[in-house]
Amino acid sequence: MTASTVTQYRPAQRPGRDGFAQLLRAEWTKFRTVRAWVIGLVIAVLVMIGVGLFGASAGGSSCQAVSGGPVRTGGACAPTFPAGPGGEPVTDSFYFVRQPLAGNGSITVRISSLTGLLPPANPGPVATDTRPGLVPWAKAGIIIKESTRPGSAYAAMMVTADHGVRLQNDFTGDTKGQPGAVTTTSPRWLRLTRSGDTVTGFDSADGTHWTQVGTVHLSGLATTVQAGLFATSPEYSVISQNFGGGGGGSILPSQATAVFDHVGRSGTWPASAWSGGYIGAAGGSGIGKYHQASGRFTVTGSGDIAPIVAGSGNSGDPGKTITDHLVGTFAGLIAVIVVATLFITAEYRRDLIRTTLTATPRRGRVLAAKAIVISSVTFVAGLVAAAAGVIIGAQVSHARGSLVFPVSWLTEVRVIAGTAALVAVAAVLALALGTVLRRSAAAVTIVIVAIVLPYILGVASILPVGASEWLLRITPAAAFAIQQAAVQYPQVNALYTPTSGYFPLAPWAGLAVLCGYAALALILATIMLRRRDV
Amino acid sequence: MEATIEVSGLRKKFGPHLALNGMTFTVEPGQVTGFVGPNGAGKSTTMRVVLGLDAADEGTALVGGQPYASLRHPLSHVGALLDAAALQPSRSARNHLLWLAHSQGLTARRVDAVIEQAGLESVVRRKAGGFSLGMRQRLGIAAAMLGDPPVLMMDEPFNGMDPEGIVWMRGFLRSLAGQGRAVLVSSHLMSELQDTADHLVVVGRGKVIADTSVRELLSAASRDRITVRTTTRSEAMTVLAHAGATVAATGRDTLTISGLPADRVVALLGESAVPFSEVSAHHASLEEAYMELTKDEVEFRAAAAEDTTEEAAR
Ligand SMILES: Nc1ncnc2c1ncn2[C@@H]1O[C@H](COP(=O)(O)OP(=O)(O)OP(=O)(O)O)[C@@H](O)[C@H]1O
Ligand SMILES: [Mg+2]
Repeated sequence: MTASTVTQYRPAQRPGRDGFAQLLRAEWTKFRTVRAWVIGLVIAVLVMIGVGLFGASAGGSSCQAVSGGPVRTGGACAPTFPAGPGGEPVTDSFYFVRQPLAGNGSITVRISSLTGLLPPANPGPVATDTRPGLVPWAKAGIIIKESTRPGSAYAAMMVTADHGVRLQNDFTGDTKGQPGAVTTTSPRWLRLTRSGDTVTGFDSADGTHWTQVGTVHLSGLATTVQAGLFATSPEYSVISQNFGGGGGGSILPSQATAVFDHVGRSGTWPASAWSGGYIGAAGGSGIGKYHQASGRFTVTGSGDIAPIVAGSGNSGDPGKTITDHLVGTFAGLIAVIVVATLFITAEYRRDLIRTTLTATPRRGRVLAAKAIVISSVTFVAGLVAAAAGVIIGAQVSHARGSLVFPVSWLTEVRVIAGTAALVAVAAVLALALGTVLRRSAAAVTIVIVAIVLPYILGVASILPVGASEWLLRITPAAAFAIQQAAVQYPQVNALYTPTSGYFPLAPWAGLAVLCGYAALALILATIMLRRRDV
Repeated sequence: MEATIEVSGLRKKFGPHLALNGMTFTVEPGQVTGFVGPNGAGKSTTMRVVLGLDAADEGTALVGGQPYASLRHPLSHVGALLDAAALQPSRSARNHLLWLAHSQGLTARRVDAVIEQAGLESVVRRKAGGFSLGMRQRLGIAAAMLGDPPVLMMDEPFNGMDPEGIVWMRGFLRSLAGQGRAVLVSSHLMSELQDTADHLVVVGRGKVIADTSVRELLSAASRDRITVRTTTRSEAMTVLAHAGATVAATGRDTLTISGLPADRVVALLGESAVPFSEVSAHHASLEEAYMELTKDEVEFRAAAAEDTTEEAAR
């Protein structure tokens, strides 16, 4: 028998189309036909939601009201916070020397001093006396406010202890004016001009040369508003910054006293005299008074006009952020990492990789298809878990009477979709490392040590804050920044640490760090897969 | 596409160990080519190189004139069964075939066709992890047949098969060759290839020792060998060895003689008055022929290879 006498075989089976879509389909078929992997992802989703719910129901200190609020009976206690114009919880407590202003007008003052009292330096069992001094954001100045209702819209020009002149409005707005502290030799002139719902702030060193600091719109501002002088001073916190313990410090009221040695007004001021009063819940921090003598006002106040920040370092977090409802991410991630690693290492274990690469000799495409399939399925799993976690977590927190910090829908979408992206990119990292190492246990361990461990070390009060922040900057765990919902306000002194939900990197920058690691691992995996015998 | 496998000058080192040392042969269509050699001879390595799984240090391997890596739907060019155990244990047999089919743009209908061809209908929904080795071999055959390829390459497909399975496999391989396909089947048990292979590529230590048709090999092994039945074995051995024959005692009263024609043996024994009851031409089994070839491959190269070529020339 020789070759020439043989009729060549003509296949009846026509080859199908050649395309990447087929490869994706093949890898998808591979994934969905191993029940353990599908179950693994379902477990990941459930664990993410479950641990997140635990996070929502944990923390029994939600009764601690920052600005003092009614305590509900029946187990759950709800702190009540005034809501600012943006819906966010705020502190709105200060001493207000006011008169109604009907329609347009302005108020101009000169402040010649800002002094204050701080709580005892060592608040031990033997209480020492208060001592003179100011907290950095002690503030006093002029304010135009919708009403005396805490949380109502306002615009204020103020001097501060350490941050110069500021124009602030509606709790979150903050514009810098003249720098420097106010003293008798260097007084500050401040002016607010109201025109409709627009308020413009000016400052001046001499009362002659004015600089416009900014203009703010207080939409829907009533015709008659309350305007006048104010003083307030945030609580003084002694926070041990070395370790990331949330409530690791003592928080006591401080007070600020400002001397206004000139007060001028224009417009219609229908009342005949000034009236002084404390705005906001009186509580323990309702210190305030004023004194008027020959056109000179001395106003003392305590409290703050500012947004409440999550994890502000108070004896209990004032409420939950949606980030708290996603604390299960790290646990779900472990299951995701295992599944994603096995997606390739299981093939190495059984030499099935040979069948795969025989079917598709273009190895880079195989890895790409695997990465797309595993990232897609884990993205969907992450999306489901994060969305459910945020929705259910909010309900659980509400039911337990704790506040959930409202966030914009954009932030909510970013946190939920970002969490899904975090999970998906971590899966790609695991897949890539599994390809490089070809061993399940080693790859799973390394990826968990790279992502989950730094996250836990970073957000738990284990390491010094500096070390935590470095971990969350340079390791793949940086990606958890995408979950940050809490807003950091420069005008509020608080414990902005990972433990309180503040990550050292911006959300997308954090995710980009993980993406960088995943990309590097994927490149390495592609090179090794192409070069190595299988 | 030509249904051939052309392997030429393959060299491959694993660390210091030379696994392939100039492996060269061609697998022609329309016949079953047995790929035989002792353990570690380089059969599996050669197959992996052909499939582009291992890179050779030197040499080329072409399938239908093309490197495997350049094939677009490789499974419709080459069907390979390397390792029947290469399965995800928790995936059902059918789903295993399904993803393979999807990777080639083939449909579930094709999957069902090969399942039937391999006789796996009753078990395909079961997890592959629970399959016996024989069932895995059939699953591997089904996978190899997915693309209806003109070239098939199987590494020890008889492994773990029961006698019934072996018979089925032989028939199956023969029918594939009968359809004009090129079929390369490795084995280190010659007996498995008896009545199956048309052609043999015998390898040892990474290179080809013999590349011959089975018929030629058998006749070469049997040709000048003669079996003598005698009760006086030692006398017979002395006489024949003295006359220049190579004599081996292959039984209590049998000798196998080579190097002398039968009539000379009869004459010599007669002259020396050594009694014998039978002188017959020896019929070597494939096994025997193979053992002869691989017994000492160095010696073989010097003598037997020359022998075969001379034989072929005659
Ligand atoms: N991946 C590897 N790493 C190191 N050495 C290898 C590797 N693969 C094969 N070898 C060596 O190469 C040689 C050829 O092995 P190969 O498996 O090709 O032989 P074989 O002819 O298939 O043997 P068998 O009949 O036992 O299957 C052997 O010595 C083997 O140890
Ligand atoms: Mg082998």
